[in-house]
Order: sequence, then structure tokens, then C-alpha cells
Amino acid sequence: MTIDPDKLRSIITAFVFMGGLTALLAGILALVNSRFFVKEDKRIELVENMLPHTNCGACGYPGCHAFAEALIKQQTLPGQCNVSPIDAKKQIAEFLNIAVGQTEKVVARLACSGGDNVAHRRANYIGLPSCQAATQLCGGSKVCTWGCLGFGDCEAVCDFDAIKMSMGNLPQIDETLCTGCGDCVKTCPKDLFSLEPISYRLWVACKNQEAGDLLLDSCEVACTACGRCAMDAPEGLIVMNNNLPLIDYTLPHETQVPLQRCPTGAIVWLNTDNSISKGAESKKIIRHNPLPTVAT
Amino acid sequence: MTYKSFPHGIHPPENKDHTSRLAIQQFPFAPVLIIPLLQHIGKAALPIVREGQEVIRGETLARADGFMSVPIHAPASGKIKRLSLVAGISGKMVPGIYLEPTPGSTQEIIEGQPCLLDTATPEEIIAAIQAAGIVGLGGAAFPTHAKITPPNDQKSDHYIDTLIINGIECEPYLTTDHRVMLEQSNDIMLGIRYLLKASQAKHAIIAVEANKLDAAEILRVAIPADIPVSVEVVAVKYPQGAEKILIKALLDREIPAGEHSSSVHVLGINVATCAEIGRLLPHGRGIQERVITISGPAMNKCGNYRIPIGTPVRFAMEYLGCSDDLSEVFLGGPMMGNALPSLDIPVTKGTSGLIAFTQKETGPGLKVYPCINCGACVDVCPMDLNPSQLGLLAKQQQYEQMAKHHHLKECFECGACSYVCPSHIPLVQYFSSAKAYVRKNKAA
Repeated sequence: MTIDPDKLRSIITAFVFMGGLTALLAGILALVNSRFFVKEDKRIELVENMLPHTNCGACGYPGCHAFAEALIKQQTLPGQCNVSPIDAKKQIAEFLNIAVGQTEKVVARLACSGGDNVAHRRANYIGLPSCQAATQLCGGSKVCTWGCLGFGDCEAVCDFDAIKMSMGNLPQIDETLCTGCGDCVKTCPKDLFSLEPISYRLWVACKNQEAGDLLLDSCEVACTACGRCAMDAPEGLIVMNNNLPLIDYTLPHETQVPLQRCPTGAIVWLNTDNSISKGAESKKIIRHNPLPTVAT
Repeated sequence: MTYKSFPHGIHPPENKDHTSRLAIQQFPFAPVLIIPLLQHIGKAALPIVREGQEVIRGETLARADGFMSVPIHAPASGKIKRLSLVAGISGKMVPGIYLEPTPGSTQEIIEGQPCLLDTATPEEIIAAIQAAGIVGLGGAAFPTHAKITPPNDQKSDHYIDTLIINGIECEPYLTTDHRVMLEQSNDIMLGIRYLLKASQAKHAIIAVEANKLDAAEILRVAIPADIPVSVEVVAVKYPQGAEKILIKALLDREIPAGEHSSSVHVLGINVATCAEIGRLLPHGRGIQERVITISGPAMNKCGNYRIPIGTPVRFAMEYLGCSDDLSEVFLGGPMMGNALPSLDIPVTKGTSGLIAFTQKETGPGLKVYPCINCGACVDVCPMDLNPSQLGLLAKQQQYEQMAKHHHLKECFECGACSYVCPSHIPLVQYFSSAKAYVRKNKAA
């Protein structure tokens, strides 16, 4: 086989040219790398590796790397991270020789228990299947205008699969998966979510500010503002405010006494296995099917 | 003859013929009137009555709480049954008053301190407008006194040179402003005198759509020789009546994004609001009733009614009779109004109409198809936005980006984009929920 010398020449030219270009560009890169090298604190990478890599943003920084940078600069404390276990936080604090800071994990809590099986609807809604959109139409189709609409905007926005809609279209929060990032708090148009320390297990799962038994026509598990929980609770733990119990979490609140006499089960005890205990006298709900729409 | 207008916009069926020739009638009192204390944009009024108290029609039930608030007046003589939370049009429960009109009462309206045109200063007129509880009756329910009051900061070259009396009423079905212009031209002229004095505008324009030429003619005849008022007829197009659009069509002045009409030296007042000012101020009264159109295929007896504030929608529908297959009721017009989730919501100051539809018109929800990038929405958007792009972003919940880069706030939810969308994408619903999200998280 013979090679046409013309072709050979062009192949060699191409090789030489491309090789020269490669050397030139590599030289520029090497020069730029040495001249403009960013010295990053070695500790950032080490601290980042101690963090959970969820990039949830619950600490207030754009991600775990930014949080690690802030930790090094001593702008924040390891306690701000809501996902790391306490041991990991202590490790970081020891490593950087700083205080741990607030260490209690916060999780999202839902202040409504009115699923479709207990809360009545007043209209058929046929628009966009989204709570935010439904709220724009005079507050949506539930009779209780405070209550959960059940289209699952929170489930969709949760990046950690911590929120699942129950059979009655009520969000259920898995507190082991919840990172406390606050996306559900931002999204819920009814402001039913809030971030609470995980030890707050005595919880008012209702936001209805009306009072009286007539309320039960709109939702069977609404707080009727009877005040029994406030009476039974240790002195000062619960006060009635806006027809709802308000729990003073600065006092010791590890007690299930207040919920025992609640007639509807609006005040609840949140168990560590994500189940919810209601008081002995609260109404037992055995219905799982949605209630029919009230004819209006 | 070509009339002034604006680019883009749509021509929905007007459906005004059912009611436009029917004179305004007085509506009877419901057995119980539900009066929300927040019927306007701003802060709720503070009640000054007790439960069980007897009140006279026109008496103040609640006083204004600060500048962005207006008092509420008793729509009927009767007894205060209850002070409690009532369902408001906003979707939230608001404080309210249940009033039981006394049967057989003469329902005479009491008079207060009159605000006389010749002696009152501009500040006194503005104060009297607030005291009369006047808000924008076109639907937005923005307190009128707040609109007229010059801004506090001294930096701006604030002055008003043109007063626009908005008698466009481009929403289908609604004919309240049309009837008010036909029947209350003298009140309107008196209202214009008050407004000209209060705002110190040089001249006033009454804007009327070309489908209400009879009203334009009556107003032209009614204009007194001593005030600088003209009547301008503009083309029939939706949403011609939106303030920003109207100012652009009439005066060719464009309001910068995020600013109000005062930045282009214009004060826009709805014609019904203007008529109420002329009707109430000389007697020192407050708003206790308003004119609304009750219409739609499901209503047995359509018409224009002067209805007491607080009349529950259920009472109004039962009194006039509605068809059995009633499926949807709109408060306001069908384009920008709200579909009601409950008939126990009362008529408030911002309610311009009550439109009822049957199963035949509303039907089952239309199937939503993906956006095909046809650009029909871009062609009709009166604010020159890109609803198609905004809709895609809303679907992905990129609300912050919509607000930051795509002027979400300029959308006033006229509904033209949803109306023309061949894929039936509920664009306006996307935008209103995106706006609510941005508002909520900006405040937090």
C-alpha cells in the first residue's frame, strides 16, 4: 500500500497544528491555574463530609457546602443543621472548636386533622387540582375555611418524601424523613404547617377559630373551644386563645392529660412512630370514605 | 367612525341585552343581613355596636380602623343579632355583623353631617368620602379616599390633571354602570364636581363603551356648562375597562410597571362610585346599598337591583327564582368574577353582579392539553406579557422567577389568555395562585 505524499503531508500538518494548539491552550490553562488559584480552606471539604449532603436549605444556606463555609467563618453553629444526628454535630463542633448551638431537630407539623372522611365540602371544585389555585376561589371547597384542602401541594413540594397524603387526603408527615426545610410551610396556602421542635408532642391539630358545637356540622374533628384541655392541663400550660388552645411550650409539656377529655380529638399526642393518639373520650372515627358534598 | 382603543384584547359575547333595558329596582330586605367588616382592600372596620342593639338604617355600625379602612353603615333598621366571624369573598373568615331588619319598619335613612360642595375644602371632601364608606364599586373595592389623597412623600411632582370617570363596563352580562349612567346622570355630575374639587384635576372625561351610546348621549346632555367635562366613546373590547388600559387608550399615557395611575397624573373613578359620591355626600349618608346586575341563564328573573349590602346570595337567588340545574354562581362578571363555593356569602360593596349558570353552560371541566406554543395568549394579553411562558413556569412552580423576570405582578387577571387558549390551560388560575404565593412569601 502506498500513501499519496500529498495526503501524508496534510495529515502531518494537521497533527502538528492540533498538537501545537493543544500545547498552547494547556499552557494557558496551566498559567491561569497557577496565577488565579483559589486557596480553599481544606477544612471546608472535611466539614462538608461530616454534613448529611441533603442540600435541603433548612439551615438558611444554599446547601451543605455553603453551610460548611459559614461554619468555618464562624457565622453559624452546627446546631443550625436540622438533619445531622447529634453525634455528627458534636463532632463538627469539636473539630472546629466551636459551640454546638441549638441541637433539637425541628420537623413540620400539620395543624389540621380534617380529612375528607370527617370534614364536609360545600361545593364541587373542578379547577386546577392544586390547593393554591383552589384557595383563590373564595377559600376552596371545604366548609371549614381554615382547613386542609387535600390536593397535596405539600406532598408535591417535599423533596424528601416526608409527606404522604392519607386515604382521606390529609398530609401525613414522617418525622424521620422530614428535614425541616420549610418548603411545605411556604407552599401551604392555608398556613397549616409550622416547624416545631421534635419534642413538642402535645399538639393542637385544628386552626378553626369558631366556637360551639355547630362547628361539628362542618368538620367532625374541629376544636369547639370547650376549654376542657385548658382546665385539665397543669397550671398555665394551655390557655384558650382565639377559640383555640394555645400551648405554652416553655413549661413542661410531657403530659397526655389535656387530651383525655377532648370531645372531638382536636388536641392530640404525636407518637414517635408517626401515629397520632387521641384522648379516651374523643369521638372514634371509623369512616374512611369521603363524605358527600353538602348541597348548597 | 373609529373609536379609541388599545392593542390586543378579546371580544367575548356580551350577553347584556337581557338586562340593559331593565330599570334599576329596589331589592327587598333579607330576613338576616350578613355584613362583613372587611369589604374592601385594607384593614377591617372596628364594630361600635353591641349584640342586641337596635340600629337605624344608615347608622354607622363600624368605624374605620386607620387610613386604609372605611366605616360600615347599617343597610337596614333592625337589631344586631350577633357579632361573629362570617365567610368573606376573600376565602378567609372575617369579623362581621348579623343584622335582623325590623319587619314593617319605614326604613327611613338617617342623615349625617352634610358635606356641601360650595364650602368644603378638598381635605374635607376626602374625609367625607371616607366617612361615607365609599370604595371602588367597580369590583376592586379599593378605598376611594386613599386613591384621591396625594402621596405623603414630597419628592414626586404629584398632581392630577385628568379625572377619568370609568363607565366602560366591559365584563359580559353586567349592566349596572350602564343603568346608573342612564338613570343617575345628575348624581354623576354632582359626583364629578366633588371629585374635581378634591383632586384639583383640570378636566374630567367620562369614558363609555360604544355599545352604550344611549348612555353617552344622556350624559352629554346632562353636563352643566360650568364644569370641564367631556364624554369619550371608546371601542367595544375586553378588557377596555381596566384602569391602566383605559388610560392608555384615552390619553396614550402608559403607567410604569409597579406604579399607580397617579404617576401619570390621572385619577380613575368608576362611574357608580362617582354617582354614589354625588348621591350620598350632600346628605352625609353612607353606602348601605349598591346597584348590581343579577343575570345569567339560570336566573328566572334577570334585572338590575339596588340591593342592601349584606344580602346573602342564597336569599337573592331564592327571591328571584333560579332554575333547578343551577351549577355555578359567579360574584362579579364571568371573566374576572369568583365562582362561589357557598351561597351563604353576602353581597358586599365590591359586588357588581351575580351571574348564575346551568349545567349546560359550565358542563364538566374541559380536558387540559399541553401548551402548543400557538401564541394566541400573547396576541390577546392587554399588558403585553407572555402568558404562555408564565404558564409553563407556573406549572413548574417557578413562582419567584415569574415575579422577577416575567412581570407577574403586572397581570391583573383579566382572563383573556384563558379565554382564547385552545388547550384549555387555566392560565389565570395559575397566575392568581402564583401571585398569592409570591405575596405570602414576600411578607414572611
